[in-house]
Amino acid sequence: MGEASLVQWRERVPVWREKEASPLPAGAPREKAQIVIVGTGPVGLAQAIDLGQRGHDVIVLGRFDFVPLGSKAICFSKRSLDILDRLGVGEKAVERGVVWNAGKVFWKDEREPVYQFDMLPVKNQKMPGFINIQQYHLEDILLDRAGKLPNIDIRWGHEVTGVEPGHTDVGVSVSSAAGDYRIDAEWLIACDGNKSTVRDLLGLDFDGRVFEDNFLIADIRMKGERPSERWFWFDPPFNPGQSVLLHKQPDDVWRIDFQLGWNIDREACVRPENVDPLIHAMLGPDVEYEPEWYSVYTFQCRRMARFVHGRVLFAGDSAHLVSPFGARGCNGGFADIDNLGWKLDLVLRGEADTELLESYNIEAVATADENILNSTRSTDFITPKSKVSAIFRDAVLELARTFPFARSFVNSGRLSTAVCYPDGPLNTPDRDDWHGSGVVPGSPALDAPLEDGWLLERLGERFVLLSNGDPGLDVPDVELLDVSGIAHNELLLERYGLCTGAATLIRPDQYVAARWTSPDAAAVGEAVARAKGAKMP
Amino acid sequence: MKLITSPNIAEADGIYETLIALHAGRSEEDSMVVNARLILLLINHIGDVEAVEEAIRHASGKEDL
Repeated sequence: MGEASLVQWRERVPVWREKEASPLPAGAPREKAQIVIVGTGPVGLAQAIDLGQRGHDVIVLGRFDFVPLGSKAICFSKRSLDILDRLGVGEKAVERGVVWNAGKVFWKDEREPVYQFDMLPVKNQKMPGFINIQQYHLEDILLDRAGKLPNIDIRWGHEVTGVEPGHTDVGVSVSSAAGDYRIDAEWLIACDGNKSTVRDLLGLDFDGRVFEDNFLIADIRMKGERPSERWFWFDPPFNPGQSVLLHKQPDDVWRIDFQLGWNIDREACVRPENVDPLIHAMLGPDVEYEPEWYSVYTFQCRRMARFVHGRVLFAGDSAHLVSPFGARGCNGGFADIDNLGWKLDLVLRGEADTELLESYNIEAVATADENILNSTRSTDFITPKSKVSAIFRDAVLELARTFPFARSFVNSGRLSTAVCYPDGPLNTPDRDDWHGSGVVPGSPALDAPLEDGWLLERLGERFVLLSNGDPGLDVPDVELLDVSGIAHNELLLERYGLCTGAATLIRPDQYVAARWTSPDAAAVGEAVARAKGAKMP
Repeated sequence: MKLITSPNIAEADGIYETLIALHAGRSEEDSMVVNARLILLLINHIGDVEAVEEAIRHASGKEDL
C-alpha cells in the first residue's frame, strides 16, 4: 500500500533530490516516541531542529522519499531569517539566497514606479529584510543541519494513515514500502501542508474563502542583469488588465507570476506553447530562457478554528493558508514553530503545565489572522471583485503618480513582518512609564549591534534579562545579559529605551515578555512565571 | 461622534454646483472614476478613520453596518 502510494506521488510531484526510502524502524510494529512531526517541508524540518537542539528525540515522517521541486515558497522574511539563525542555518540561507530589501510597483507601461517600499526600514540589524531562495535549497540546508543532530530521525517514504488521539498519547499508524507500523507518541505535530492528512484523518475544520482567479507561476532559468528587487506590475501592456510579479532567485532562476483571470483552461495555460508568448511579451522576443517549472494556482485563505487539539498540534499550512501576495505562507509557518518549540520544551521538561500550549493556540491564531487579513486585503486590491472596486483601485494608482498620500493605498502585497501580541496572555503589562520608547511586551526583540556581533545572536533558547547595569538579582531560569560594559551598545540601549538600571525580559523565542525601569527579583520572577503560563486560564 | 453632520460649509450652493459641473458631459463610468478620486482625496484630507467610518455608515443607509 505504501509503495503504490509513492508511485502515485511520483507521477504528480516533480523531484529535486532523491532520498532513500527509510527502512522499518527497530521498534516496529509498535514503538513509543516523545515527539512525532508529520511533514518534511521547511516547517516540519525547522520544528524538528528547534526541538532537536533542545535535546528532545524527534521522529519526522515524510510521505515522499525525495525533496520535491515545483513552484513553492521563495521569499523568506527577516523574522524567518532570525529564526533560522537561532536554528543554526541563518547565515547559510543568506549566503545561498538573493538578498533584497526594496520593492517597486509599476502601472501600465510607465517606467517609473508608482510606489516603492523598503523591507528593512530599521538599519543596523544582522539579517536583511528578505531573501529569495528556492524552497528546495532551503530544505537541503535544513536537512544538512538536522543530519548533524543525532536525536532527529527522519523517515522518508513513511506515510501517516491513521491518528488515534488519547489523553496521554496519540496513536499514529504509519505505512511504508518496508511495511506498516504504529507509533504511540506523546505529542504529534502536524506540519503536513494545506492538504494535511492528519487534519483530514481527525475530521477537523479548515474554513475560509476561495478567490476566483488563477495565477500562472513560471519559474524560468535566464541569464541577465536585473536588480535584486521585487517588481510588481498592475495592468502592464504584456498582460493587459491583469497583474505580474517578478522575483529573482539564486542560480539565475526567476519567478514570474501572471494573473490569468477566472474562466481559463487550467491545463492548457501551463503548456510551454501558451507560456512562451507571455514571457516573450514581457521580456522581449529575443529573450533566451529554459523553463524550470510551470504551475497554475487558485488562491485561498483558510484556517482551522484551533491549532491545538489535545496532544495533536498543527503548524504551518496545515493550520492556515493564505494567498502568496505578502509571502505569509512559509514565513507564517516558521513563526508557528518558533512559538511552539520552547513551550513544548518546557512542558516536556515539566517546567510548565500543558496549559502553556494554549498560549501557542492564542498567539499562532493571532498571527494567522493577521496574515489572512493582510493577504485578503492585498488580493482584493490586486484582483478587484467588482467594477467599482476596479475603479477605486485604478484611481489609487492614478493619484499615486502625483500625490504621495495615495501611495500608501497601493497594495501589491504587504510583506511578512513579525507579528506582535500586544494582548498576549504571557505578557506582563508595563508598570513603569517608558515615554513611548523601547520595545513593548508582546513584540519581537529588535536586533542591534553589540560588541563585534549582534544582540539577537545572544538571545533565544532561554529567558534573558537584558539590562543596562547589573540589577543584582538572582532569578532562577533567567540569564542576565548586562550590556552596560559591552562595546558598541549605543544603538541597543536606544532601541530598548534602557536607562541605567532598566531591564527587558526576553522569552526563549526572542519576544519581549516584560520590562522595568528598576526591576526587582519578585517582579522578574512573577513575569517569568506568567510567561511560562502560570496565569493561563 | 467624530463626523460633523450639522451645517459646516458657508457656500453650500456654490460647492454643490461645482460638484455637479465635475460630472457634466461625462459617461456614467467616467463619473464613477472621478468620484473615486474625489473620495480618496477627501478621505486623506479628513485623516480621521473614525469620522470616515461614520460617514461610510451614514452613506450606506444602514446604521447597523
